[in-house]
Amino acid sequence: MALIKDGRPAYLVLADGQVFTGRSFGAVGTVIGEVVFTTGMTGYQETLTDPSYYGQIVTQTFPLIGNYGVNSEDFESAQSYVSGYIVREWCNAPSNFRCEDTIDSFLKAHHIIGLYNIDTRRLTRTLREAGVMNGAITTEKPDVETLLPQIRAYAIRDAVAHVTGTELRTYAPAETKYRVVLFDFGYKRYIRQSLVDRGCEVLVVPANTTADEVKALHPDGIMLSNGPGDPSENTEIISNLQEIAKLGIPIFGICLGHQLMALSQGARTEKLKYGHRGANQPVIDLASGKTYVTSQNHGYAVVGDSLPPEIGEVSHSNANDRTCEGVRYKSCNAFTVQFHPEAHGGPLDTAYLFDAFTARMDEFKKEAE
Amino acid sequence: MGLRSDIRKVLVIGSGPIIIGQAAEFDYAGAQACRALKQEGLDVVLINSNPATIMTDKAMADKIYIEPLTLDVVKRVIEIEKPDSVLSTLGGQTGLTLSMQLAAEGFLESHNVKLLGADPETIHKAEDRQAFKDTMEKIGEPCIPSKVVETVEGAVDFAGEIGYPVIVRPAFTLGGTGGGIANNEEELRDISTNGLRLSPITQVLIEKCISGWKEIEFEVIRDRKGNVITVCSMENFDPVGVHTGDSIVIAPAVTLSDREYQMLRTASLNIISELKVEGGCNCQFALHPESMEYAVIEVNPRVSRSSALASKATGYPIAKVATKIAIGYTLDEIINQVTGKTYACFEPALDYVVIKFPKWAFDKFVYAKRTLGTQMKATGEVMAIGTSFEQAMMKAVRSTELGVDSMNMPKYEKMPVDELLTRLKNGVEDERSFQVYAALKKGVSVAELHEITMIDEWFLEKLRNLVELEEWLAEGDLTEEKYRTAKQYGYPDKTIERISGKKCPLHQNAVYKMVDTCAGEFKAETPYFYSTYDEENEAEQFIARRNSGKKKVIVFGSGPIRIGQGIEFDYCSVHCVWTLKELGYEAVICNNNPETVSTDFDTGDRLYFDPLTPEDVDNIIATEQPYGVVVQFGGQTAIKLTRHLADSGVRILGTSADNIDAAEDRERFDELLEQCGIPRPEGFTVMTTAEAVKVADQLGYPVLLRPSYVLGGQNMIIAHSEQDVVEYMDIITSHMIENPVLIDKYMMGTEVEVDAICDGKDFLIPGIMEHIERAGVHSGDSISIYPAQNLSQKVRDTIVEYTRRLSLALDVVGLVNIQYVVYRGEVYVIEVNPRSSRTVPYISKVTGIPMVDIATKVMFGATLKELGYESGLYPEGNYVAVKVPVFSFEKLQDVDTMLGPEMKSTGECLGIGRTFEDALLKGLVAAGYDLKREGGVLISVRDSEKREMIRIADKFSRMGFELYATSGTASYLNKNMIATNTVRKISEGSPNTLDLLESGKIHYMISTSAKGRMPARDSVRMRRKSVERSICSLTAVDTANALANVLRSGRSMDDVELVDITKI
Repeated sequence: MALIKDGRPAYLVLADGQVFTGRSFGAVGTVIGEVVFTTGMTGYQETLTDPSYYGQIVTQTFPLIGNYGVNSEDFESAQSYVSGYIVREWCNAPSNFRCEDTIDSFLKAHHIIGLYNIDTRRLTRTLREAGVMNGAITTEKPDVETLLPQIRAYAIRDAVAHVTGTELRTYAPAETKYRVVLFDFGYKRYIRQSLVDRGCEVLVVPANTTADEVKALHPDGIMLSNGPGDPSENTEIISNLQEIAKLGIPIFGICLGHQLMALSQGARTEKLKYGHRGANQPVIDLASGKTYVTSQNHGYAVVGDSLPPEIGEVSHSNANDRTCEGVRYKSCNAFTVQFHPEAHGGPLDTAYLFDAFTARMDEFKKEAE
Repeated sequence: MGLRSDIRKVLVIGSGPIIIGQAAEFDYAGAQACRALKQEGLDVVLINSNPATIMTDKAMADKIYIEPLTLDVVKRVIEIEKPDSVLSTLGGQTGLTLSMQLAAEGFLESHNVKLLGADPETIHKAEDRQAFKDTMEKIGEPCIPSKVVETVEGAVDFAGEIGYPVIVRPAFTLGGTGGGIANNEEELRDISTNGLRLSPITQVLIEKCISGWKEIEFEVIRDRKGNVITVCSMENFDPVGVHTGDSIVIAPAVTLSDREYQMLRTASLNIISELKVEGGCNCQFALHPESMEYAVIEVNPRVSRSSALASKATGYPIAKVATKIAIGYTLDEIINQVTGKTYACFEPALDYVVIKFPKWAFDKFVYAKRTLGTQMKATGEVMAIGTSFEQAMMKAVRSTELGVDSMNMPKYEKMPVDELLTRLKNGVEDERSFQVYAALKKGVSVAELHEITMIDEWFLEKLRNLVELEEWLAEGDLTEEKYRTAKQYGYPDKTIERISGKKCPLHQNAVYKMVDTCAGEFKAETPYFYSTYDEENEAEQFIARRNSGKKKVIVFGSGPIRIGQGIEFDYCSVHCVWTLKELGYEAVICNNNPETVSTDFDTGDRLYFDPLTPEDVDNIIATEQPYGVVVQFGGQTAIKLTRHLADSGVRILGTSADNIDAAEDRERFDELLEQCGIPRPEGFTVMTTAEAVKVADQLGYPVLLRPSYVLGGQNMIIAHSEQDVVEYMDIITSHMIENPVLIDKYMMGTEVEVDAICDGKDFLIPGIMEHIERAGVHSGDSISIYPAQNLSQKVRDTIVEYTRRLSLALDVVGLVNIQYVVYRGEVYVIEVNPRSSRTVPYISKVTGIPMVDIATKVMFGATLKELGYESGLYPEGNYVAVKVPVFSFEKLQDVDTMLGPEMKSTGECLGIGRTFEDALLKGLVAAGYDLKREGGVLISVRDSEKREMIRIADKFSRMGFELYATSGTASYLNKNMIATNTVRKISEGSPNTLDLLESGKIHYMISTSAKGRMPARDSVRMRRKSVERSICSLTAVDTANALANVLRSGRSMDDVELVDITKI
C-alpha cells in the first residue's frame, strides 16, 4: 500500500513511441535498453543476476515480484547486468526465512532503475506482436522527442566483453574427479556449481581463451557457458572454438555457448522475434522422444537447418516453435543445448545433461589412459 | 501412438451425490471426460446416481444409468453394456474405490474390461498408508512420522512415542471424514474410535502434528512415455492443520523462493514418476517455514477438487488431458486448446494470482462447531482472479455472498481486541480471515498475529495493506488518486463511499484480461476473462475481432455451492448457454465457482470469472453491451441482481423484474393470490411476543414462524405450543427488534411441487411431484416422487389450474416453480418462484422434456405450441422417479439432523423404477441407506406423533425387528399391543439410549422429538450419536413409514431393473 501512495512517477518509453506511466523503484535516472519479458513466476533474484540479460530491460510477466525478498545464496553472479527492471508490483514486506533484503534495496545498491505499476500484460503483448524493442525507463518526465532517436539507435554491443572475467579462477570440489575448463561468457554460478557437485575442479577462464591456453590446463572437459548478446559478434571466440573443438576434449555448451559452438562449426544463428525467457519451455529430446520442461533465456537461436549433416545433428527441439534447442556433434566431441540444465531459476528436470557430460569425460579419460 | 486401438466402449463412473468433500468438481471433470471420449468417437456408458449433473445429460454419453453407485449395480451395468474399458479416475474417491474393488475381485479381468486411468498398484501405493510411506522412503521423499494402526490402543501407544499433538487420519474416507487433531490421550481415544469405524478397512494413521508449517500443493500430470509436468502450484493461506478444502488458497505459491519451489516441484515429479500415474495427480506438502525441511502429506492419483481449481486457475484442462492420456495419448500429442498451436506438454505461466475462498454452511447450521481442522466442512468455494493478492481477495469475499463487501465484518469490528485475540487463539474458525483483519485494524501487529495464527507474514502484510488503504480513504478528501488506487485494490464504488464517507469523484470501469496459460507469450483466443483496473481491455478487443454480428446474451450463474443452491443451477445455466448458441446468439457466462461446468471456458462463447454483484456485472455489461441478460437459471444469486439490472435499463429476458418482485414481496404476492382466487395458509405479521401469542392462538397450532427478511427457510421454525412461540420470539426480538416476524398457519398436509414453463399464453407442466414428508420439512430435504402417487384427479386439476392462473398472472416467460400444500383435500399455495429450481434437472431427465432448452427458446419468442407442446400437464411416463436427499451430517459436528423448514441436505440421488417401491428402494440405496432387514429399531417421538407411530412400529415389528423406545413412547406402544423394550433417557443414567446406540444393536432410529437445535438436548445428542455410529436415523414419521414399506416389499436391488435414461 505504501507503495502506491508514496511511489514517485516513472516512465517507460518504447521505440514505437508508446509511453507507459508507472512508478519508480530501485535507482533513479534514465536508462536505455532492449525491452524483453520473462514468464518465470519465481526466480527473480536469479534473473536479476543472470549476466545473459546484459543490456536488457527485463519485464516480469508475473505481477507480484519480490515476495520472498533477496538473499545472499541465490545470486547467479556477483552483479546485476540488467539495464532496467519492470514489474507490476514489488513487495516491500517480503517474507521468507532466508530473506535479507527487499528487491528495492537490491536494485538501489546495484544502481538499477526500476519501474512498477504499469500494465505489464499490455507491454508483453506489445513485445510479442512487434518483437523485442528498445526502450527507456526514466524517472524524469520524459521528453519523448529527444529520447526516441537515442532509443532507436541503441544496440547491445560487445556484450561478452562486458561480463566475462579477466583471469583464471579455480573452484575445487571436496573430492576431485574431473578437471573442467569453464569458458566465462557471462556464466551463471549454478553451471559452475553443477560441475563442482559432480566432482569437477572448475577452472573458469576468460571468454577469449585460446586452444593452446586450454590445452595447457589439461582439462578432462570444456564447458561453454551462457552469456549475453548477438552470438555472431564474437568472431575471435568463434575462431578460437574452431581450434578448441579439434582438441578432442569433451565439450558441453549451454545457451550462448551452444550458439558459439554452432557458429564455429559452420551453422548460422538468427534473432528470434521475442525470444524464449521463462521457466516453462517444453523441449523435446529427439533421441528419446521425451519432452522436458526447461528454463530458458535467449533472444537468438541456432538455425537447425544450417548445420551441415556431417558436422552434427539437432538433438533437441522446442515443442512450441520447433526451434533448435540442442546439437550433437559428429565433427567433434561436443554436445550443446540452448536451454539451461543448471536451472536456477527454473526446473531441474534436465540436470541429467551434466551427468552425460561427466560420462563423456569418463570415456575421454579412459581413452587417454 | 495416439488412441489405443483396443478401446471402443468406455464406462465412466461418476461421483454420486454432492456431499461435503465431493462436490461439483467431479461433474466438471466427468463432463470433460465424457466430451473427450466422444470426440474420439468412443461409445460412452455413464453411471452416476446424481441427477442434477451435466454429465448425466443426454448430450454427454450414449448410455446413461442414474443408478446407485454400489459394486453390484456397477457390475450389472458392465454385464448389460459390455464395455471394453472403465475410466476410474474422474469420479472422485467414489469412482476410484469402485474401480479398484472391481479390479481386485477379478471382475474386470473376467469380463475383459480394461482399467483406464489408474493402475491398482499405483492406487495401492498412493492410498494405503503403509505402502505410501514405504514408497516415499524408497525414493527419499520425507514423510511425517506416522504409523498405521488398527486399534485404539495402537494409536495411544504410538502417540506416546512421538508425543502429542497428533493427527488422526482414517484410511479411505472422503475429505478426511472422521479425522482430527488430538492434544491428549482422551481426545485421541475419541477420535480414533470414530475414525476406525468410518474407515472401510478399519485403519487410521497416527501422525506427528506439524500444524503451522506452510501447506503447498502441486497439480502434476504424467503420461505413459514418462513425460511429467506441473500444471500449477498452490499455497494455503491457512497453514497445515486446516483441511485444504477449508483453506483459503492462493495460486501460484507466493512465499516460496525458486529454490523452495523447485525443490517441491521436483519432489512432485519424482513421486508421480515413481507411482507411475498416467493422468493427473495432486501432491500436498508441508514446508517448514524456517528451513528447507519438508514432508509429503498426501498424494491423490486422480482428478480432485484441487485439479478443478488448478484447471480454472490456469486455463489448463486437467480432466480432459487426463482422459486423453488414459486412452493412449501422450502429452506431446495433445494440442493446447488455449493457444491452438502449442502442446499440452508445458507448464502454464500465470500473470495474475488466483484466490480460492471456501463457502461454509454455518449460516444454516447455527449450532455447528465452526472450528476448522483436518475434516473438511465447506460445501463449496469461489475463485477470484486479480492482478494483486488484495484485489483477488476483495473479489473472493464479495463472491462468497457473506453479506460483506470488504474484509470488514461488522461483528468483529465491534468486538474488543482482547476477545478477538482469544477467539483466534482458541482455534481456527471459518471467519478467521475476517477476525485477523479486524485485529489488524485495531492495531494488532503482523508479528503478533503471525505468532498466534502461524499465517505467513506475507498474507498478513497484504491484509494490512488493505487496512492502510481504508485508513487513507477515510482521511481527508477522496481524491482521484485515492479512488483509482482503491479500484486497483478491488474496492467497489459503494464500498469506497461507505469507508471514505464521501462521493466518488469519478467512476472507472474495469477492463478485462485474458486467462491464456502462457502469460501473454503466445497469441491465444481463449474466451476466458477476469476484470482488473488497468489500461488495456482485451475482452473488448476480442469482441471486436470476433465481430460475429450475433446478438450477445449474458447468463448469470449461481456462485458457490451451498445448501439450498447447488449444482442444479449450474446444470440450468449450462443448458441455457447451449440453447442460446443453438439459437444463434453469442452466449456469455458470468460466474465465480471453479468447480462447475459453466466456468469451463469452452462452455460459453465467453466466460467472465468474476463476482456476481451489481458493480461487477455492470462492468461486464459495459464491455459486452449485450442484447439482454438471463437471470432465471442462476438461483437466488442471479435473481438478486434483477432489480438492479432492470433499473439500469438492461433487458431482462424472460419474466420481468417487476413480476419477479411480485412473487417475492409478501404483500404484493398476497394481492396476486387474492386476485387469482387462490388460497394460501392464513398468516399475519407481528412485532412483539404478545402479538405473536395472540395470533398463533387465533390461527391454531401448529404455526410456522420466520423473520420477514430472510429467504430460503433460514431461522424458520414450526411452533406446536405457546411455549415454542415465546422461546422463538425471545430469540428473534433480542437480536433484531425492528424486523417483523411472519406467522402462518402450519398445514400438516401433503406438499406438492410443480415446475412449469410458460410462454405468456400457454403453459407446460412436465410433471407433478409429491413429497413423502408432509409440509414442514423443507422441500429440498423431502423425498420427492414423480409422478405424484396419492393425489385425486380433482386435486391434480386444481394444481394445474392454479399453475395456469399464477403463471399467467405473473406473466411468466420461462420457468416457474410453485410449491403447494394439499390439506384436507384443498390446495393451498405456499411459494412461487419465477425461476429455475432444484428439481428442474431431475424432472427434465425423467420426463424427457428439456425444460431449460424450452424455457430459453420461449424467452426468445418461441411459443410452446410451435415447439410441439400442448398447454397443461404432460402425460405421465412409465417410470416412477424418486429424488432422495443426501446429507453431510458426519462432517458437521453438533448439527441436529432433525429435518425441518430449514434445508440441510447437500445433494441428492435419483431412484427410478417401474413401481414406487422399486424407485424408492433405489433412491435410498443410492443415498447410502444400509437397508438392513433385521436388528433393532429405536423409537422416540413427540406426543403428537405417537398415534401415527403405532402403524409404523407395527410394520417394523411384524418384519421381525426388535423395538426399543424411551418410557413414554414404549408404554404407549405396548398399550397398543406392540411389544417394545423400554430404554432409559440420557438423564436417567446408564445404560440409556446412547449406550444402546453404541451397542451396535440398533439399525434404525426414528426420532422426531424436535424442540430447538441446541446440541445439549437429549434428542439432538441421540441423533448425533446415530450419525457417528452410522445408524440410519429417520426424523420424520413419513420417511420412516416409506422406508418400512420398502422393506416390507421384500424387494432388493437384485430384483429391480436398471434403467438407461436415454431410452425414456
